[in-house]
Amino acid sequence: MKENYVIEAEGLTKKFGDFTATNHITFKVHEGEIFGFLGANGAGKTTAMRMLCGLSRPSEGRATVAGYDVYRQAEEVKKHIGYMSQKFSLYDDLTVAENLRLFGGIYGMKRKLINEKTDRLLAELGFTSKKNAMVKSLPLGWKQKLAFSLAIFHDPKIVFLDEPTGGVDPVTRRQFWELIYQASDRGITVFVTTHYMDEAEYCDRVSIMVDGCIKALDSPRNLKKQFGVDSMYDVFLTLARTAQRSSD
Amino acid sequence: MNSIIQAENIVKTYNHHRVQALKGVSFEVEEGEIYGLIGPDGAGKTSLFRILATLLLADSGTATVDGLDVVRDYRKIRNRTGYMPGRFSLYQDLTIEENLKFFATVFGTTIEQNYGLIKDIYQQIEPFKNRRAGKLSGGMKQKLALSCALIHAPRVLFLDEPTTGVDPVSRKEFWEMLQRLKENHGLTIVASTPYMDEAMQCDRIALIQNGQFLTIDTPQGIIAHYDKPLWGVHSDKMHQLLDDLRSWQGCDTAFSFGEQYHLTVKPGVSQAALESYLHGKGHSQVAIAPIEASIEDCFMALMDQPETTMKQ
Amino acid sequence: MKVFASFVRKEFKHIERDTRTLVILFAMPIILIVLFGFAITTEVKDIRYTVLDMSHDQYTQRLAERFAANRYFIYKGEVSNRQQAMAKFNHGDVDMVIVFGGNFAQELGHCTGGSIQLLLDGSEPNQAATRAGYAQQVIADFAQELQQSSATGQQCNIVPVTHLLYNPQAISAYNFVPGIIGLILMLVCCMMTAIAIVREKESGSMEVLLASPLKAMTIILAKLVPYFVISFADLVIILLLSRYMLGMPFAGNLPAFIGISLIYIIVCLSLGLMISCLCSSQLAAMLISLIMVIPCIYFSGMAFPIESMPTTFQHVSTVMPARWYVSVVRKLMVQGVAVKYVIEETLILAFSAAVLLSIALASFKKRL
Repeated sequence: MKENYVIEAEGLTKKFGDFTATNHITFKVHEGEIFGFLGANGAGKTTAMRMLCGLSRPSEGRATVAGYDVYRQAEEVKKHIGYMSQKFSLYDDLTVAENLRLFGGIYGMKRKLINEKTDRLLAELGFTSKKNAMVKSLPLGWKQKLAFSLAIFHDPKIVFLDEPTGGVDPVTRRQFWELIYQASDRGITVFVTTHYMDEAEYCDRVSIMVDGCIKALDSPRNLKKQFGVDSMYDVFLTLARTAQRSSD
Repeated sequence: MNSIIQAENIVKTYNHHRVQALKGVSFEVEEGEIYGLIGPDGAGKTSLFRILATLLLADSGTATVDGLDVVRDYRKIRNRTGYMPGRFSLYQDLTIEENLKFFATVFGTTIEQNYGLIKDIYQQIEPFKNRRAGKLSGGMKQKLALSCALIHAPRVLFLDEPTTGVDPVSRKEFWEMLQRLKENHGLTIVASTPYMDEAMQCDRIALIQNGQFLTIDTPQGIIAHYDKPLWGVHSDKMHQLLDDLRSWQGCDTAFSFGEQYHLTVKPGVSQAALESYLHGKGHSQVAIAPIEASIEDCFMALMDQPETTMKQ
Repeated sequence: MKVFASFVRKEFKHIERDTRTLVILFAMPIILIVLFGFAITTEVKDIRYTVLDMSHDQYTQRLAERFAANRYFIYKGEVSNRQQAMAKFNHGDVDMVIVFGGNFAQELGHCTGGSIQLLLDGSEPNQAATRAGYAQQVIADFAQELQQSSATGQQCNIVPVTHLLYNPQAISAYNFVPGIIGLILMLVCCMMTAIAIVREKESGSMEVLLASPLKAMTIILAKLVPYFVISFADLVIILLLSRYMLGMPFAGNLPAFIGISLIYIIVCLSLGLMISCLCSSQLAAMLISLIMVIPCIYFSGMAFPIESMPTTFQHVSTVMPARWYVSVVRKLMVQGVAVKYVIEETLILAFSAAVLLSIALASFKKRL
């Protein structure tokens, strides 16, 4: 691996009052890597992800994303990342093309470039016939694929995906991952959370958070070897059982 | 066997018949079984639950719950069923105990009266009973919602996507709770989920897609019906392998499944032929083995796939 | 009954735990009345005035001296024409202009009464009225003296013409408080009820309630009860404040007034219920209630007198329940007339209540 890191976090911590949501996490993500960010509900994944996206200020520690400091250069960070969450992805009452134009515009892309890329992207996805269709008329799987394409429309260095495949049918889920691979091949780093343990296997490296700390970080194969189990599900189970925090 | 739920040709459309949520669904649920509705978002699971819970009227078709008609006897049904919607729907500004007490009163009962039924679940959140529901973590909310749905000792429990967005460990615990409810109290449970791996927790399942049932059977039965040869394939160049598999002439479908690819092949091709093809493409450490299908394989084989062919 | 009680208790808990709602429910009426109370101070002194004397005779001279000698008035110089007077007035240099018409002495002599005009700022109607009253007192004293000293002993009246600038109809606290009562009850009952019900739809808890054997009627009534009680408390608060802080008279029949208020509250609650059936988000409920409340302010005579509206608008105003209620409040609270004079309004309100409540109950869905 090249020593080219897109994310470097060191002792990254977020406290809410007495509660330490994310507790001194340290890790690095290589350029072009697919990095799986796993953890039980409430383990601190969302908080960590928000800090990395420049949406929330760390209480302690430091992190750089795409070469910018998340504490001091949050605005620069936002320009160089893409983000897709399960909840909000696209404007339902705009057409496919209008959504693309809007997001291209937000990232300051030239109109001509937006038009070119729109056509190319829709052709790649096989969506050309739906260019002027309202987003709300599309099936969920299509929306998710489109939302992902939108998140990397401005060629960010890194894209953050927060449970992108929740509730999606099994075929579309796999097609979604094939899109992730394509993006990764183009050099875009992918940082993804998921509750599907088979998807954890698709990542180059996986980190597992328990009680605000990263308890394991390696390739799926090495993790399975390390814990002496056959699947990522069992790795996850073994680690999550050590959780001290109440609830889940 | 006694059917506690019978649905006959249920059709539901929205938006002046433009959106078809359910396209004529029929099924029966036996008393005391865990029945799973397995399918992706938008398949029509929620509409079906709402019709059975007497919250929606079907366009056509009939359904009975515990022998009562969902349209005519809706009030009686509401007394005998517990319903937990997909979204957390309790009062966020009331405490755990206040929520539970309120729902107990609504059903004309008390916490004490049916404590035996919820004890197993409620005890896990009881230490926090004075905490407001809005301040609870996802897992605790789920347990509270389940307690509230059980408080009147219903005959049937409807759970709409109780595990969506929940991590694998909490999901497993949740299904264990449901198993205990079934075994200790003989409760009939109908639950939906988009997670195919949870199908194995059910006694019988219906695979649902685009408002239609693809099949109804026991999970084992569905797997036994899977009739295509299915191979698991692995090599040292996994990224490249998928494309190579798909361009192989013997390939029917190839999809990633965890650390390997699941390949269905055309009749008459051999493993040796694939192995030599892959070696020719520069793969080493090639591992090919026939495997048993999972529910997800079955679902993918059964679902109609209008837009599955990926563009390169 | 136990179910109902527990539901009502739950509603009160929601209200108690939501500071924003509490503020709207209790602080708003108090704030409106208190602000209003401060805006209209009843004690008036230091009335700055200027004189426009078009006669310049001995009588106008003597009367002007009277004003100058009075400790409530401060002389701010004389002006020679109307423009100058208005300029001073507009700059806020003076509170009152005393205008003596030409031929003051002659008119006085003929005992037709000398013509005096008092110009006052009507945008503060109460103060203006008090100031005019003081000035009239001074003028009346003068007229009486004149009469006593006159050889003929003839009756000589000087009747000043009072003219309010900016607010010619002189809407005062007496007019405003009834409007505020109508408005607050509308907001609390209509908007807050609508929001309270829609909130359950939005949060999904309505789905759980509907899936339970609760009757739709129980859900609705249990939702209405707390807001009914709170509206009543608001009514009492406003009445106490306007009686003891603003010193409003309360001349009419109190039980009748309260009874009619309860009918109006039912009208508003039904409106709120109807809105909640139409909307599925709190925002929409809020907007629609505002759309209902705003015409209610315009057309009910709270802000603008109905008599001065174009005829079409006057017709429109007849379908506003608030208009009839405000009229009742005026008659019973301010004018103190007998109950028989508000029978028409009461019947109209009762009829609206019956119609709206039946529509609202009929349109409440027992399914999603």
